[in-house]
Amino acid sequence: MTRSRYLGLLRKLGVIAITLFGLLTMTFIIGRLMPIDPVLAVVGPDADSSTYEQVFREMGLDRPVWVQYQYYLQAMLSGDFGRAILTGSPVVDDILRVLPATIELATVAILVGVGLGIPLGVYAATHRGRLGDHLTRLITLFGYSTPVFWVGMVGLIVFYAWLNWAGAAGRIGFAYDGMFESYTGFYLIDTLLSGNLEAFFSALRHIALPALILGLNSVSFLGRMTRSFMLEQLSQEYIKTARVKGLSERSVIWKHAFKNIRVQLLTIVALAYGGLLEGAVLIETVFAWPGFGQYLTDSLLMGDMNAVMASVLFIGLVFVFLNLLSDVLYTLFDPRTRS
Amino acid sequence: MKNQQTLRHADFPLSPRAGVMPGKGAAFLKSFRKLCRNPLSASGVVIVAVLLILAMAAPWIATHDPLVQDLSRVLSAPSAAHWFGTDEYGRDIFSRIVYGSRVTLYIIFLVTIIVGPIGLLIGTVSGYFGGWVDSVFMRITDIFISFPSLVLALAFVAALGPGLEHAVIAIALTSWPPVARLARAETMTFRKSDYVVAAQLQGASAARILFHYIAIMCLPSLIVRLTMNMATVILTAAALGFLGLGAQPPLPEWGAMISTGRSYMLESWWLVAFPGAAIMLVSLAFNLLGDGLRDLLDPRTE
Amino acid sequence: MSVLTVEKLNVTFRTDDGAKHAVRDVSFTLNNEKLAIVGESGSGKSTVGKAILRLNSPSTQVRAERLAFRDQDLLTCSEKAMRTIRGQHISMIMQDPKFSLNPVVSVGDQIAEALRVHRRISRQAAREAALDMLREVSISDPEHVFDQYPHEISGGMGQRVMIAMMVIPEPDIIIADEPTSALDVSVQQDVLDILTRLIEKKNISLIFISHDLNLVKKFCDRVLVMYSGQVVESIKASDLANASHPYTRGLMESLPSLRHRRATLPVMTRDPAWLAQGGAP
Repeated sequence: MTRSRYLGLLRKLGVIAITLFGLLTMTFIIGRLMPIDPVLAVVGPDADSSTYEQVFREMGLDRPVWVQYQYYLQAMLSGDFGRAILTGSPVVDDILRVLPATIELATVAILVGVGLGIPLGVYAATHRGRLGDHLTRLITLFGYSTPVFWVGMVGLIVFYAWLNWAGAAGRIGFAYDGMFESYTGFYLIDTLLSGNLEAFFSALRHIALPALILGLNSVSFLGRMTRSFMLEQLSQEYIKTARVKGLSERSVIWKHAFKNIRVQLLTIVALAYGGLLEGAVLIETVFAWPGFGQYLTDSLLMGDMNAVMASVLFIGLVFVFLNLLSDVLYTLFDPRTRS
Repeated sequence: MKNQQTLRHADFPLSPRAGVMPGKGAAFLKSFRKLCRNPLSASGVVIVAVLLILAMAAPWIATHDPLVQDLSRVLSAPSAAHWFGTDEYGRDIFSRIVYGSRVTLYIIFLVTIIVGPIGLLIGTVSGYFGGWVDSVFMRITDIFISFPSLVLALAFVAALGPGLEHAVIAIALTSWPPVARLARAETMTFRKSDYVVAAQLQGASAARILFHYIAIMCLPSLIVRLTMNMATVILTAAALGFLGLGAQPPLPEWGAMISTGRSYMLESWWLVAFPGAAIMLVSLAFNLLGDGLRDLLDPRTE
Repeated sequence: MSVLTVEKLNVTFRTDDGAKHAVRDVSFTLNNEKLAIVGESGSGKSTVGKAILRLNSPSTQVRAERLAFRDQDLLTCSEKAMRTIRGQHISMIMQDPKFSLNPVVSVGDQIAEALRVHRRISRQAAREAALDMLREVSISDPEHVFDQYPHEISGGMGQRVMIAMMVIPEPDIIIADEPTSALDVSVQQDVLDILTRLIEKKNISLIFISHDLNLVKKFCDRVLVMYSGQVVESIKASDLANASHPYTRGLMESLPSLRHRRATLPVMTRDPAWLAQGGAP
């Protein structure tokens, strides 16, 4: 590795450190702004004033703001996010518990996004200005414009209530709950490992609709990005070279143009995966999916400050991580940065 | 001073704007016609126009009072009397959607006039001066961008408490960074161009250059960005309303209507179907419009 | 018999401001020779090259009374037939290797691919052939260069790779579109020498598109001078000094020369009548 690459990496890490610091500061500020009395949230409304006073002092709320800020930073950096009022357990444990459900949902959704979005984008780019391109534009704009929670409800009405194709809310039918070993926390994998095929299909029926709907947004995003990346490549000289060689249009598109956008796409897919977290907050609420998004909104409605701030911070961390990952992928896989 | 006058009216255009726009009105009309030639953008224009008319003429268009409850007509299906049916209090859904367009426009308008100038100011200053000013501003935008906007808006509303105004503030807080980023990128391409250097040589102040020469050049792409942003704003506002954090009942906000309709949706689909379709249509319209404007104003991105 | 026949070739671009007639009634035949097409930028010379290979953008309209490679009509043949022509019979060297080589495919693979499109040979055999070809374009360390990516090699080297890629299927015609204009002056001659050596060795006809009359005079057999989409003069390279058309003479006179120093470079005069005559006078 060259010296400049080292410096670049260091710089990148510096930026991430500053961003993380900013995230912590922002969550601290938001926490202080909250109209909910954090002491009351802990002791409950019936506590007498001496208990109240005691907790008030234990939480350091009698100290100046910058001291509180210092405590906050110390606690956060040592991984102590406090306890969730709703469950009574440490927030970190809560998040780790609900995370597999969300990862499973988001992973299936990103597969939908990649599987439909990228071919759609390539198709639109190679049919530029023709009917197919316009239709793709319309479809992707629809994907951008539909409120995901609403599509979720319409999906439930049509595919569950009317057609009875999809499973109801939740991750799996009630009958199968606890009927298989929990190896990974991912039901699709756990049911298979347990050899319980019926449970697997129940899980599949439950995940299909929310994942498909969650994935629609990434279909649009990836479709549009793929289209514009491809258009950029297709206008390059080397494409003409490939045609001069006598290559078929298919080879020109996939072996030459697409090969040039793979790395770009990889980084975009990483970002899209992060974007799914946003949709998950809404779609999990609609489908009663016991994941991270539902945990966040439940805590929000309960005024559970610790849980909300930790969740928000966690999402910020995931985003920073995915950004870093996409940078790393870029440098690893692009021959132009590899030398 | 006289010298400057002659320079500005010289044959060669110092600002690229000069000479490009023969008559502003005529040019606008020509662009507008070009925009409408694309059926997709044209439909965007039409839907936005319909939205504006709905909001302005709501009392005349609505068939019922959006707030009056009629417990004898609870949850009735769409019919001649109630085109989109009634909700759990017997209120007419069509009329609520018509009045809801006012709430939607209110949110879009407020967010845009907050976000546009702030983003433009921070972006152009950052891009023009560079150095530590740029670093500080860009680190701040980095922090904002590292959250998905809905989650950040959720956190802000959680902190401020639910309500329409708070939702507007939260959305504005989360949507200025991309605008600033764009303005900065644009500024950096214009900063070194000959016409800016010419203005600097004339002794124009930094503020003058920023406003008269750079900000104005950022406007086309900024307008495109803001138009597309409106679509996102609608969706975020609706999502906040859906989670019960945005507009509060009995205000006929579309997202909140879906939220209350959710309990009845399996039997009374119209409670969620129509408000959602309204959100989608309006959001789509702004996306189509933004897309069309981009092709028109900002052909570089194609 | 001529390898390529072009009769009354017309190319029009559709633009927002209406149709633009880029090439008008261009006719020529190509035998086993080095034919130059010379003109200023915008004269339509590159468009002619692209039209022969049907590589113009879809919004371009190409018409001709006849456009044929040997007996095969290039205007009406299917896209599939056209693909067997491209590379195998007619190929093209582009201006700047910085843009005309695929940045994420190793140069060796790009050369081997040109062969594998048209021949059923193994990957290994194609690799060997590509390595041989790299040697033929005077690259001293072919094994090493084979696995390099375009951004890792110099412009002169890149253009030699381009030549290798276009010569390897042994086509009948090579169209070279300003193959040296993007290169350093110091390597231009090397690249031209390699190109000349290879086309003479493999018996390939050349269409050399250039704006450089000086270069063309030394290097080609015959010259077509294009002006504003038309051929205004067709002349043997050795006769250029006696060119009859005022435009060609103007071009010749504006060549700077050490022997005939001038106080001012003459300004090209253009006569609208040149176009009205519709071709060589």
